[in-house]
Amino acid sequence: MMIGLWGMISKNNLIKKLIGMSIFQTAIILFYVSVAVKSETANIPILPHHGHDYSPKIALAHAVSDDHENGGHDDHAGHQAHPVGPKIPDPDGYANPLPHVLMLTAIVVGVATLGLALAITQKIYREYGTLEEDQLLEKVRADDHG
Amino acid sequence: MVEHAPVLLMVVPLLAAVFCALLGLRWKALCLPLTIIGFIAALYFSVITFLQVSASSDHQVIYFLGGWNASEFPRGVGIEYRVDLLNGMLLIVIAAVALLAAIFSKQFVSMETPGKEPQYYALFLLLAVGLMGMTITADAFNLYVLLEVSSLTSYALIAMGSRRASVAAFQYLIMGTIGASFYLLGVGYLYIKTGSLNMQGIHDILIGEGLLESPAVYVAFLLIFVGVWIKLAFFPLSTWLPNAYSRAPTATGCIIAPLMTKVSVYIMLRIMLTVFGPEYVYDELSWSGPMVWIAVVAIIAGSILALGQKDLRRMLSYLIIAEVGYMVGGAWLLAPGGMARGESLYSTATGLVGTGYHIISDAAMTLCLFLAVGAMIVKAGSSRIEDMKGLFRKCPVTMACFVVGALAMIGVPPTCGFFSKWYLISGAFEAGRWEFAAALIISSLVNAVLFFRIIEFAYFGKLPEVDDAHGHHQRHDEGGMEENPPSMLVPLVLASVALIAIGLFNKEIAGYLSQFLNTVAMGGQG
Amino acid sequence: MEIYSIKPLLAFLAPLLGLVFINLLRKKPNWREGATFVAAFTQCGIVFSMLPDALAGNYHVFTFLEILPDVHIRLRADPMGMIFAMVASTLWIVTTLYGIGYMRGLKEHAQTRFFSFFAVSLGATIGVAFAANLFTLYLFYEMLSLATFPLVTHHQDRDARGGGRTYLTYLLGTSVAFALPAIIFIYAKTGSAVDFLSPEVLGAQIDPVMGGILLLMLVFGFAKSGLMPFHSWLPGAMVAPTPVSALLHAVAVVKVGVFCVIRVYTGVFDQDLLQSLDIGVIVTYFAAFTVLISSLIALSQDNLKRRLAFSTIGQLGYITVGVSMLSSGALSGVESPQAMTGSILHIAMHACGKITLFFCAGAIFVASGCKYISQLDGIGRRMPFTMIAFLIGALSVIGLPPTGGVISKWFLIMGALEAKYLFVMVILLTSSFLNIIYLLPIAVRAFFIPKNEGAFHGSVKEAPWQCVVPLCVTAVLSVLLFFFSGPLLELCSSSADFLKPR
Repeated sequence: MMIGLWGMISKNNLIKKLIGMSIFQTAIILFYVSVAVKSETANIPILPHHGHDYSPKIALAHAVSDDHENGGHDDHAGHQAHPVGPKIPDPDGYANPLPHVLMLTAIVVGVATLGLALAITQKIYREYGTLEEDQLLEKVRADDHG
Repeated sequence: MVEHAPVLLMVVPLLAAVFCALLGLRWKALCLPLTIIGFIAALYFSVITFLQVSASSDHQVIYFLGGWNASEFPRGVGIEYRVDLLNGMLLIVIAAVALLAAIFSKQFVSMETPGKEPQYYALFLLLAVGLMGMTITADAFNLYVLLEVSSLTSYALIAMGSRRASVAAFQYLIMGTIGASFYLLGVGYLYIKTGSLNMQGIHDILIGEGLLESPAVYVAFLLIFVGVWIKLAFFPLSTWLPNAYSRAPTATGCIIAPLMTKVSVYIMLRIMLTVFGPEYVYDELSWSGPMVWIAVVAIIAGSILALGQKDLRRMLSYLIIAEVGYMVGGAWLLAPGGMARGESLYSTATGLVGTGYHIISDAAMTLCLFLAVGAMIVKAGSSRIEDMKGLFRKCPVTMACFVVGALAMIGVPPTCGFFSKWYLISGAFEAGRWEFAAALIISSLVNAVLFFRIIEFAYFGKLPEVDDAHGHHQRHDEGGMEENPPSMLVPLVLASVALIAIGLFNKEIAGYLSQFLNTVAMGGQG
Repeated sequence: MEIYSIKPLLAFLAPLLGLVFINLLRKKPNWREGATFVAAFTQCGIVFSMLPDALAGNYHVFTFLEILPDVHIRLRADPMGMIFAMVASTLWIVTTLYGIGYMRGLKEHAQTRFFSFFAVSLGATIGVAFAANLFTLYLFYEMLSLATFPLVTHHQDRDARGGGRTYLTYLLGTSVAFALPAIIFIYAKTGSAVDFLSPEVLGAQIDPVMGGILLLMLVFGFAKSGLMPFHSWLPGAMVAPTPVSALLHAVAVVKVGVFCVIRVYTGVFDQDLLQSLDIGVIVTYFAAFTVLISSLIALSQDNLKRRLAFSTIGQLGYITVGVSMLSSGALSGVESPQAMTGSILHIAMHACGKITLFFCAGAIFVASGCKYISQLDGIGRRMPFTMIAFLIGALSVIGLPPTGGVISKWFLIMGALEAKYLFVMVILLTSSFLNIIYLLPIAVRAFFIPKNEGAFHGSVKEAPWQCVVPLCVTAVLSVLLFFFSGPLLELCSSSADFLKPR
């Protein structure tokens, strides 16, 4: 994240700034995703249609259910819409899907931002012929006085 | 239909945007009418929503998207839209400003971005959708999404202008993305600690589980706030604003300038009051002291920088930075420990009322001024102040509206600007923050200098070097009157009238805000 | 006793309606001027119709609306307000006639704009006169500053721009920087806008130190009173056409300023609080200083209007010094301080006298193009009416019988004695003496020094009748006020009732 931030601010070339931006946004996405992981044994939250657990490691999951990052709770409000079935699965056995979902959205936003930024960059290149920030600022100042 | 009003006010313009983008490619003339219809619908629904809010017993209207409502599903699952007295008024303002800006844009779009009407108006509509969504949502992540929607559309709208605008848009994009990303990160921390994304839900859990002391929550607060401050151009995170607003195409400036920063101020208030709660914000953190001082610096810096500007729109942009200082300062006036002393938020919250009122008031003032300045630039052929000579003769109605806007910025009664200052200064006196009151007064005086300089240029025209014998010179007729066309004048006049109306009705608006603050003080509802 | 009536509102609206008609009729000058007259007579009539009630202690009140919690925009026709309103509305009629003569005589441009803003200014003036609380007072005060700006800068040349800038800088600057924060502070502490009939609200919650600061801020904030050092806007505003100078700066604008100061002293502070404000003596010193220095500066001015401007500053200083003595301990327990009577009365007397002088100055300019006193030798033979009126006006300003000025100056000087401010008395007397030196010679030389052949081009004769009639009227009025000052004195003593503890 810091690399990205540094890149955005201190690099002169516009494309490099955008690369920095991408790194920055990806870092945040990774952060959220990392939150979703509860333990090494947590599985993807898809229940087979016959309703009982598929993973043999689920017994282990009970024992290590408190080993979270940052000591935070993240299983209460996240997903209680359990499918009604003969056996209610243990939430600790599954990775939290909500951050994943949120990050899908964030990825889309990031893509859109990047696309827009590249389009603007193209326009700038067409109009000014350079992508170096300091040269651009000079030309813009010349425009202002012209 | 009416019970879906909170959602329809966003959905209709959204659909309009889609239609505009598609149909407009074939029939360009449809774009503007579609836009206007979209905004009229938005205005209509936001008014209905507000009426529902004020009629309801607890003064809020809750709408869960897709029916995932709180009674059947725990909070945090569905996306909740909650309208209370604060954002209800803001929704109306956004819709009205968008409508007026759209009407105004007719001449400018054909001048500055010819041939791109479908894309332009589609983005215009989406911008408004994003802004309204930010205002109405009660879900922290949804806020991020809509924040980016409105930000991206605004970057694009600015970049559609001249080549300088592209560079300004790029810089804005970088800064804005940093801001939004910080916000997202902060929300992530909150999610880790509380497991909820719903604003009220987060609040309940923070209080209920005693999480307010935790460092993670503090970091979350910090990150969210830095992000929001970038978006609202709080000095010194405001470097992107002057370029972006002054180089944008005229019509774009007219919708972005009044709204983006103000909605961001609203977000700040919402985070402070609903998500974290006043006890935390004012008692736990002792930020009030430094915050007000930074706000003072923002106000003074914005005003002084505005003095040095030769370009009219850049001057206004720096004034926006100062106005943001008013609002942020006002929100943080409440002295630390005030809540603990048993004072209710209501009785000592004149500063907050001032901030809330100023959101509305500043949106109107900025709109009026940007509209007027846009019209003046067309007439004068340039955006430099010294080229504004003799405009009073040429376009008196435009100039009259400019004068009303100027008086509002200076703070002359009965315009709304006077009352904002009244509440903010009263709040400063109540809280014992003399420096804030002094900054506001200095800002009024600087505004007076700034605006009268422009009015002088426009009023006096070309000054001759020699006076004739009778002690006053015979004036030559400098050309007749060529007033601006109705598409420009109508929104402008309406905006000026609004300035006075908002001023005269300040008691009602302040009353709504006080009621809102009361609800917050009581810990929020449900 | 308060009567709820619409009359104060009507008095305010009459000029605004006139404004509408003035603009509708802009193509027909005579009809347009007629609109102003109708508005002026209507306003005057409404004001005078409230006089009997005001004398009897029944005040007409009109409340516009509650604009902030517990703050109402309210008009009330109380005795003090009545005096001021009567003066302003009467003189508007006269000035309109004069203005017509002047503007047409010089073929001035933008006459519609001129008469329009004139009307608005008079509306604002009546608003100030009848303001029932501090907030309303401030509202109309600012409205007046803005409405008079286009009048001051009417000529739209370089001088006008400079004069206009000075004008606004001083007036808006002081009101926003001093008066406004004081008003907001009072509101923040007491939750009210200080209704002038119940100032005890303020006494309870403000300690003397704070009270003193507020007093100073309010007095210096209302810079239209010409108190030094914030007086420079007045000579700067002399770039305006003379009818503007005459009404606005001899009568309306400056009188608004001192009227606000009088209101501050009588209506904002509880008398007990006021008398404990020792810091108020600063105002007395500044006011006395103003009186003296302005008279000295007046002596040095050759431009007639500028000399009159500094004379005005001095006379305003008289009024301010009069009320400022209310804050001294010496007047505690005095039922009806003569200083206060003198101050209020001087509003009327000085208005008539000064307006006469300005009218004459303008008439001279229209008729002969002369602006400087050195050019005026012997002009009395050519313009006898004008110069006789000038003489009468001068006598009133100096304070000699048989003009009204002597009555108000008498009260002021007696008031200074009563308050045991001997140095004030000395300064007032000295200044009157200086007044003689800088006013009388103008009249004397006009009549008795033979004319300089080259000074007047061609045959200068009396100014147009529309200019001469008004100045004669006001001159006569100055004399009448000497003989018939009864009603005014009654109103003054009713005003003093405010000072009695309730």
